[in-house]
Amino acid sequence: MNLIGDTWAWIVAQSANGELWLRVGEHLFYTAISVLIAAAIAIPIGYAIGHTGRGREWAVGISGAARAIPSFGLILLLIGLVGVVQRPIAAFAAFVILAIPSILAGAYAGIQAIDRSTIDAARAVGMTEWQILWKVEAPLGLRLLVSGLRSATLQVVATVTLAAYINLGALGYDILQGIPLRRDDQVLGAALVVIALALLIDALFAIATYVVDRAIPDGAPAPSRRILRVPPTGRAAVVGTPTAT
Amino acid sequence: MNWLANNYESILPLVLNHLKLSVIPIAIGFVASIPLGWLAWRFRLTRGILLTLAGLLYTIPSLALFTALPSLLGLPYISEAPVLIGLTIYAIAIMARSASDAFGSVDAGVRQSATAVGYSGWQRFWQVELPLAGPVLLAGLRVVAVSTIALVTVGAIVGAKSLGYYFTDGYQRHLVFEVLTGLVLTMALALLVDALLVLLGRVAMPWARGQRARRAALPMKQVPA
Repeated sequence: MNLIGDTWAWIVAQSANGELWLRVGEHLFYTAISVLIAAAIAIPIGYAIGHTGRGREWAVGISGAARAIPSFGLILLLIGLVGVVQRPIAAFAAFVILAIPSILAGAYAGIQAIDRSTIDAARAVGMTEWQILWKVEAPLGLRLLVSGLRSATLQVVATVTLAAYINLGALGYDILQGIPLRRDDQVLGAALVVIALALLIDALFAIATYVVDRAIPDGAPAPSRRILRVPPTGRAAVVGTPTAT
Repeated sequence: MNWLANNYESILPLVLNHLKLSVIPIAIGFVASIPLGWLAWRFRLTRGILLTLAGLLYTIPSLALFTALPSLLGLPYISEAPVLIGLTIYAIAIMARSASDAFGSVDAGVRQSATAVGYSGWQRFWQVELPLAGPVLLAGLRVVAVSTIALVTVGAIVGAKSLGYYFTDGYQRHLVFEVLTGLVLTMALALLVDALLVLLGRVAMPWARGQRARRAALPMKQVPA
């Protein structure tokens, strides 16, 4: 049996009859909506924590503990709680819950990593707190926020694959349907499309990170940047590696 | 509650198998990532290749990996092997980056002093660099351990017995309590193993207490579900 050939034939046939694009569309739809809702919730909270410095332990604790949540179990639990009829709502709720911690951490860490003296300087020249947030902290923290959005989105792309288990379609559908039928070409084909989709989204975020880096020339809290930055005073250069943020 | 009274005997075997399915990938990932992380830290070329590869590997959604592996390797779909292999791949992918950061966290001055007082490269690695990289290695290991234990449950879809069995079984039988039990037990197991690792770190690295803890700061990366 020629698995690679069969798999390729399956992908070609599925994209020709439009079935594959429907699945890809569903996958992207679930992902985009969930990440947008999560961002709308998490970014203001993350900014509030980063700007005021209050609730820091709380943010660190949540983003750490969230990793222990099994996403598959969370979806099924929420379905059990809201009822099978409301499956899409339960699924969206699960995706949003899973996306929040990374975005929150990104928003918070982006502000946290900014040199304190930069913010003090902004305050000293008479900026209001809102101006500091929008004109100083938000742009300088953008890089880490994008990085948080990136992990959140990939986390949701992966979790949406599991949504097929509760009959919500998307790309996991062909995987799960193919297993009992022993359709190797279908299972592998669908799995490869999911992987390609995830890598593509990751690549788009890599480009976004690059654009942000170019647009915001200095002060971006990238560890590699810090080494290059010349110390402002005449002090001897600090020996040692920068602390990873 | 009725369900618990009738099914408590099933918990222990599932917990044990869950542990087996997670400890093997965690251990292999940890051991494999030390040379890989060192290579990634030491040479620019290997750094680019290894860290890019690691980043790409853990971008792969777990269900896709668990189901693509059997067809690629000629294994049956419903078995533990793809889950073990897939989780090991994720563990190495996360841990290699942590290990590279860990070696980078060793003060260059200390490294030079070790050479100056006559340590050979090999001795310096085992007696100076590895212990000093310990705290950051431990932070990475904790991330790997917690996320692997959560991720094992996805294996229930392809028949790998773990606490994830309570998710699929509870969903099919409409037993919310069973799903909840699986969720709580999985998280409890993850937090327990995490606490054990912290304890182990305190015993093995008594000098590190408090000093590097702040560096672990905010964990941003998450493993795909």
